[in-house]
Amino acid sequence: MNGLLVLPVAIPLITATLALLFRKSSQLQRWIGVLGMVALLGAVLVLFRDVHNDGIQVLQLGNWAAPFGITLVADMLAMLMLGISAIMGVIIGIYSIFDIDRERERFGYYPLLHILIMGVNGSFLTGDIFNLYVWFEVMLIASFTLLALGNSKNQLQGALKYVFINLFSSLIFLFGVALLYGMTGTLNMADLAVRLPQVENTGLVTTVAMIFLVSFGIKSAIFPLFFWLPASYHTPPVAISAIFGGLLTKVGVYALIRVFTLLFTDASVHNDYLHHILLWVGGFTMVIGVLGAASHMEFRKILSFHIVSQIGYMIMGLAFNTAMGLMGAIFYVLHNILAKSNLFLISGIAQRLLGTFELKKMGGLYKHYPFLAVLFLISAFALAGFPPLSGFWAKLSLVKAGLSLELYVITGVAILVGLLTLFSMTKIWLTAFWGTVPEEVPGHFGKLPLFGAGKLYILVIPVMIIAGMIILVGLNAQPFLELCMTAAEQLLDTSVYIEAVLGPQ
Amino acid sequence: MKSLILHTATRLMIGVLVLFSLFLFFRGHDEPGGGFIGGLVGAGAFTLYAIAFGTEATRKVLRIHPITLIAYGLLSLVVSGLIPMFMAEPFLTGKWLFIEWGAFDTKLSTPLLFDIGVYLCVVGFIVTVIFSLEEE
Amino acid sequence: MDTILPILAGTIFATGIYLLLRRSLILTIIGIILISNSVNLALFSLGRLSTENPPLIKAGSLEPLAPFANPLPQALILTAIVIGFGLLAFALALAYRSYRELGTVDQDELLKDAEDTSAAIVPKNDFKDGGDV
Repeated sequence: MNGLLVLPVAIPLITATLALLFRKSSQLQRWIGVLGMVALLGAVLVLFRDVHNDGIQVLQLGNWAAPFGITLVADMLAMLMLGISAIMGVIIGIYSIFDIDRERERFGYYPLLHILIMGVNGSFLTGDIFNLYVWFEVMLIASFTLLALGNSKNQLQGALKYVFINLFSSLIFLFGVALLYGMTGTLNMADLAVRLPQVENTGLVTTVAMIFLVSFGIKSAIFPLFFWLPASYHTPPVAISAIFGGLLTKVGVYALIRVFTLLFTDASVHNDYLHHILLWVGGFTMVIGVLGAASHMEFRKILSFHIVSQIGYMIMGLAFNTAMGLMGAIFYVLHNILAKSNLFLISGIAQRLLGTFELKKMGGLYKHYPFLAVLFLISAFALAGFPPLSGFWAKLSLVKAGLSLELYVITGVAILVGLLTLFSMTKIWLTAFWGTVPEEVPGHFGKLPLFGAGKLYILVIPVMIIAGMIILVGLNAQPFLELCMTAAEQLLDTSVYIEAVLGPQ
Repeated sequence: MKSLILHTATRLMIGVLVLFSLFLFFRGHDEPGGGFIGGLVGAGAFTLYAIAFGTEATRKVLRIHPITLIAYGLLSLVVSGLIPMFMAEPFLTGKWLFIEWGAFDTKLSTPLLFDIGVYLCVVGFIVTVIFSLEEE
Repeated sequence: MDTILPILAGTIFATGIYLLLRRSLILTIIGIILISNSVNLALFSLGRLSTENPPLIKAGSLEPLAPFANPLPQALILTAIVIGFGLLAFALALAYRSYRELGTVDQDELLKDAEDTSAAIVPKNDFKDGGDV
């Protein structure tokens, strides 16, 4: 029992409540927002120490014993995800101070942002499959509102696609939960892991596994269920785009990793289609995403397609189903959240300076803002997987895992997609940064310094922090890779998880 | 809506409805009832008032902004969960305080506080929705 | 009942899917509502139907009168219904806003590509006075 385990959920709830109480004052809300995120980060670090030293931490809410009550479980994977979510919270909290307009602040942007973080953290921590559904819904309703807040034409269009596909995916998820309950009579994930291998009708177990794959697949935008993502993620303000693109799709990936390592293992699903399907899906997701990005000329749309492409790598790591593969997938998730959010944030600064996201109307950023160009280069190279940045280690471990399984084709595809990623990044670099200054630019372009009167530094400092972290993780990858390895080993040995929740068997 | 019958009936009904919602709320302690259903009935009272006299008058009667009501409800929920944590028990554990006054003994508990939170949230949520629909 | 309910749930689900594929936004929403109800029905029937005592503990005793019905599926459905209610209210409001802004409920018309995505970004200040952040 570790009572602190509830804090990653409780702190955002408290912050949201306070922000709601003081919703009249923008100033106060911003400070409450940043402070709440910092407090969350602190709590996560304390928990991280516990998990690192003493192994998996468990909390039975309300003192109701598992498998009857709701259980919160923090293993290393959950902790790593919580850590990155708290870091992103702080970053977005600061970035929002400048980026979010008065109108959105008045209509509850900050409470919604914290509720969103609460939903994300709850999904990472919960040890109960129905509870996972509830946290997904908490996250969804907050994200729906954040996406539609503002009511501009293209935002409404984006929101329509996003809302209906996600509503549908939640209902499929609920149906899967219903089938699981009908088969086993339990909803606690550890208890499910014990009982699913004993179910005689293995065909039904496979069916449920596929239902979960479709549902979480929609949420994490895998091939062929990704089309809603590039159609909606480029419409809201940049701070929201960044947290959606960075964090939200990865919650779907987390759920996939969790159910396919804990519930639908080789012991419960008695055929090997499952990992073949994941492998194919991962490969197609990578290729289609990167091709989509190559064909677009809008800053945030390119980035949105790259989200899809990167999800493919994570699914590939999951499909390998070895410690090395899972480690690569987890490291990839962490690295990708940093790099991708940072690129979104940079696109926001570029838009502030040039007044558009259309690459054809952009140019001259390198000439007038070389520092911003350096920040972009760091994130773009990290995304493409250049040594010694964080993306290199992520791709290296995935490639190594693929080669050790002698899956040469998919490994080759992964490397090729990395090159194509570089092509898209080069496209942005050549037009927006190296291109000539376009004729129509806002009056302040070139005159306004990044650090000075315009207070642009509120946007630049979060970007600098993430860029610094990308370099840090890249140059000093060993401890991070070891943490991911611990997480992967915990995932593969389900008995540790089961014992932590249900007690010695 | 201008209707003498509705106006007169609403004036009489609103008190009864609020009382009934409180009855349901307290009954939920040991028997069917509780914060959710009580809150729905309470919200029904204010909805009726809004239909009869308009949203402006209802805002005045309610005195407190419905969104603030939600905020207080959430605060109450969080506090009820956090109290046991200060006694080194898991979040949301039920904690009880028995006060004996002689004639009526009182049971105060964190589930009661939680239910108050649910009640406030439900009333605040429904009234917010009704107000936005009426004012559209 | 054990056979009727699953068939009913399946039929409603299929109807929902059919409506979901129509072009009118309103029909799509009704489709989602139907699917949501059919999933709740499925959850209910998968929890096993039985005619037993209500799972309530009478004053003075410590456990409900055996044999009592399984209360868990009902609790799950109640949660799912409340969540579904909130989400559908949002979907309806969104559809209404879209109709007001874009003047149609035909999805082909609604989802025609928007031109400039920068419209969502409202500047908080115009950089002249050093900002009011």
